[in-house]
Amino acid sequence: MPRGGGWRPGARWAGDGALEKVELAERIAAMPAHQRPPTREMGRRSEAAEHPFKAMRPDEGAPGNVAMRLAVTQAVARPTVLIERTGQREVITSACPHARSLGLVPGMAAAHARALVGDLDVRDAERDADRAWIDRLALHAVRYWTPGASVSGDDGLWLDLTGTAHLFGGEERFCRKLLRFLGRLGFTANVAVAGTMGAAHALARYGGGRIALLAPGREAERLAMLPIAALRLEHAALVAAGRFGLERIGDLYPMPRGPLARRLGMSTVTRLDQVLGRAAEPLVPVVPFEAPEVTRRLLEPIGTPESIAQVIADLIGDLVPLLQQRGLGVRSAVLTAVRVDAEQQRIAIGASRATRDARHLARMFALRMDRIDPGLGIEEMRLVVTRSEPLGATAAATLLPASGHEVDLAPAIDQLAGRAGEAGVFRLACEESDVPERAVRRLAPLGVPQGWPKWQRPARMLRRPEMLTHVVALLPDHAPRRFIWRGKPYQVVAGDGPERIHGEWWRRDSELWAVRDYFRVEVEGGERFWLFRRGDGVEPETGDLSWYVHGLFG
Amino acid sequence: MLAAATLADADRLRLLAELRAQVDAPASRHAQVLPFGIDALDARLAGGGLAAATLHEISAGSPTLGDDAAATLFVAGIAARFAERPGGMVVWAITRLDLYAPGLEQAGLSPDRLLYVEARDDVMALALAEDALRDGSFAAVIAEVKVADQTATRRLQLAACDGATPMLLLRRWRKTARDPLDQPSTAMTRWRIGCAPSVRLPHPGVGRACWSVELTRQRGGNPFSLLLEACDDTGRLALPAAAPDRAFAAGRAASQAA
Repeated sequence: MPRGGGWRPGARWAGDGALEKVELAERIAAMPAHQRPPTREMGRRSEAAEHPFKAMRPDEGAPGNVAMRLAVTQAVARPTVLIERTGQREVITSACPHARSLGLVPGMAAAHARALVGDLDVRDAERDADRAWIDRLALHAVRYWTPGASVSGDDGLWLDLTGTAHLFGGEERFCRKLLRFLGRLGFTANVAVAGTMGAAHALARYGGGRIALLAPGREAERLAMLPIAALRLEHAALVAAGRFGLERIGDLYPMPRGPLARRLGMSTVTRLDQVLGRAAEPLVPVVPFEAPEVTRRLLEPIGTPESIAQVIADLIGDLVPLLQQRGLGVRSAVLTAVRVDAEQQRIAIGASRATRDARHLARMFALRMDRIDPGLGIEEMRLVVTRSEPLGATAAATLLPASGHEVDLAPAIDQLAGRAGEAGVFRLACEESDVPERAVRRLAPLGVPQGWPKWQRPARMLRRPEMLTHVVALLPDHAPRRFIWRGKPYQVVAGDGPERIHGEWWRRDSELWAVRDYFRVEVEGGERFWLFRRGDGVEPETGDLSWYVHGLFG
Repeated sequence: MLAAATLADADRLRLLAELRAQVDAPASRHAQVLPFGIDALDARLAGGGLAAATLHEISAGSPTLGDDAAATLFVAGIAARFAERPGGMVVWAITRLDLYAPGLEQAGLSPDRLLYVEARDDVMALALAEDALRDGSFAAVIAEVKVADQTATRRLQLAACDGATPMLLLRRWRKTARDPLDQPSTAMTRWRIGCAPSVRLPHPGVGRACWSVELTRQRGGNPFSLLLEACDDTGRLALPAAAPDRAFAAGRAASQAA
């Protein structure tokens, strides 16, 4: 091998023991197909194969992989902010990390943010949905982690780990488990464990780490450098503190309590004491709601309607004292009958108003009882109140009978709904729309409906307007003289109108210019129709001047 | 033994006499009646008005939709007057919702006093009406059906008696154009309502609507027919204006058309 770095792979001298081309081809041909070398090996040996892990050419200044990751992030996720409307202003309530890196912070006006960042994804904040999530997490915490859990503010949870951390292998492991659990749900979180609720609150929000564990008794030391806002102070106190130049919690420690209370309010001193563990701050835990449930296991399987009715009556008899004790009423309940072949049969009832009247409940179940197929016999029945509402004591009657004789219609309505179905019992109420077919909406049977304006309206409406033919009418504002409907000619005797109704452009584009002129006409013989003409008779874009019958007056 | 038998016979005779008396005077059982407030009408009705707690059948005079609407409003007006007491609620059992609630409100049946019950078919509508009647907490019950045989009407009549609730059965015409009132029924009264030319106004326009109201059958009274003005926004009917005025107006009707 020549010295001095003249080596290159595939050089002619390197092929000392190399085979001749023909011999090589023969040996290759003798191999099975899958063992043959790839084409490149067979070609020019001098050409080095591309290194599979060779780095791509970096951009200026930055190592290659970071730049690529950034590009991917930008391509996948647009900066997203959530906004909330307060009065006329739209304010950012939260921003994603990407948006924060672009300088968008909560509290900024949405218009400002849009001006700063062109490709911004702006969505409405859903406070109720957020709150529902937090509540659900709190309930989950109560069920699985600790009996003492409560919601803290809009975006936090307090968990009382006293005596439960060892179940999860210590506080730190619990925190890691918690973060993993939340990560699976798609949440990012900061967890802080401290001796006082205030310290945990401050560390979780202002501590700066994903997990912060604080040894007992070191609250004052650890919190000294955190901003004063971490103390859960009122807005006025924060403003005052800023005016006095108090920025860190540590600034408050040396101050005498009297002047501090006078300047920043007594609540500030209380909060400081709570954070440092000098004042008590009890945790009010959430209590999970347990649906009232009663069960009867039967000695012998039953199958006759009488015995099933008896068991239902017994179940209701068990349930009513339970409801009374908890101050609840049934809105919907499910009765489950377990047969001997382990099949479960369910019937459900719904009440239009919360009730715990045993007779009423029994009557509602009796309406549905025929849907139970007892088969070889039922050995267990269970009654679960799936939806309940608070129900206090109500006055059965008043001393003054003249003061409005109100009949309670809820039992009767429930019975009708039991036969006709939940959607089959309803009231009709006014919908604010001038278009006749949209002026009516359905309402729950115990709702309070509003009436309609006093315009003349027919008693019966056709399902959809029917076209009239051979209409003779003076334009633009006279009722027709004669028309043909369903093949029958009508001679008009008198007419009222027009009542002009404009289309609702905010619903459909085609209604932008649409106009209907309604007429009430009486024909020979006394029938009274409600007719309309599409278009106002002057502007062609308002309609094509065709006539329709829409309803009938009595 | 013999004495006991005769005593039982006497008992039975007394019972029979009581029952006969009840059958003879159906109006006396239902002391509560709802007068129309029109002498020409009330004087010819047995009991001086529409008896509460019984079945009344109403049908359109012809299969046209106009007469159907008139019958609807007639029923709505009666129900509105039954439901005048505070908290009075009317149930309207339907199979297909083609009622227009704003129009019913103009006949006195405001939406807060009207509960709609939608049924799959006529049989279910009748069953729902019966449920509502037996409950007894409603001021009136209306059911609009196309088919109701004598058994169904009898059931309704008994339920109305039990629940002390007036039942208004709106018999709608079928496509076969067969008169819905030609079958026997146990209704207390049977009405046939049709549109009539309205009272002409001295200026162009449609006057107050008029109906030809025909009572085809009533228990304890004779049938009659009348021309009445349609019910106002409290459900009250009225007698039309005096005949000479109407004749004068009718002559000029053509020139006032539209």
